Amino acid sequence: MPESVLFYLLSGLAVAASALVIGQRNPMYSVLLLIVSFAALAGLYIVLDAPFVAMAQMIIYAGAIMVLFLFVVMLLNAAQEDAAEWDRLHPLRRPGIARVGVLLAVVLVGQLAWALAKIVELDTPVGARADGAVVASVRELGRVLFTDYAFAFEATSVLILVAMLGAVVLARRDGDA
Amino acid sequence: MIPLSHYLIVSALLFAIGTAGVFLRKNLITILLSVEIMLNAVNLSFVAFGRYAGSVDGQIITFFVMTVAAAEAAVGLALVIALFRTRASLNPDAFTSLKW
Repeated sequence: MPESVLFYLLSGLAVAASALVIGQRNPMYSVLLLIVSFAALAGLYIVLDAPFVAMAQMIIYAGAIMVLFLFVVMLLNAAQEDAAEWDRLHPLRRPGIARVGVLLAVVLVGQLAWALAKIVELDTPVGARADGAVVASVRELGRVLFTDYAFAFEATSVLILVAMLGAVVLARRDGDA
Repeated sequence: MIPLSHYLIVSALLFAIGTAGVFLRKNLITILLSVEIMLNAVNLSFVAFGRYAGSVDGQIITFFVMTVAAAEAAVGLALVIALFRTRASLNPDAFTSLKW
């Protein structure tokens, strides 16, 4: 079963790299580990017969978004986080309130475990087009994207425009014209 | 094939890791990275559901999520740069006053 071996290898890599991301003190290592996690997820998409999503994952996420993060990390040059001083001052760090946060986290994990325990096991794809050939086809993806989801696609371009303008306005210095 | 629930468990694990990162870390950049982990966890379950339902809709929604993630990263990092200019810190607890 090479497919299941690949699945467990890639998902283990993705989970381990993501766990290491939030365990690093240096944001530079976090960004690089997140690229590893995204590459493992791209492999999972290939296992799921979605090669186009896998390529988009590598190009957009690992290629563009993570480079943007790396750029900002290097620009700000604030390598380590210094938490001690603010920890003493901040009201939300008091023991009583912190305990409520821990309780909420435990409730979330309990809900997730409960939901996963109630899953109806599904070993093989269902539906009329269960063979995977249609799902993997870029032609079919493009057809659906530009017919059924045409409005959402156009709305996305407005979103990108607004985000671009917002980023330029926010990152501008006050003195700049 | 791999059962669908395995993909959902991986997705839930990644989402829980991302949530933990948002709540535990005190570095704005790491918090944004944790949000990206959460978005990717949701992407994985969309693609897995789409594959097991025999439809391409899951992959289409993944593209929209990626677009939103790109917009979020651009605006979020611009905010981080603007905040770092005023306080010279990336600790979210440093930004408690409404007016500076």
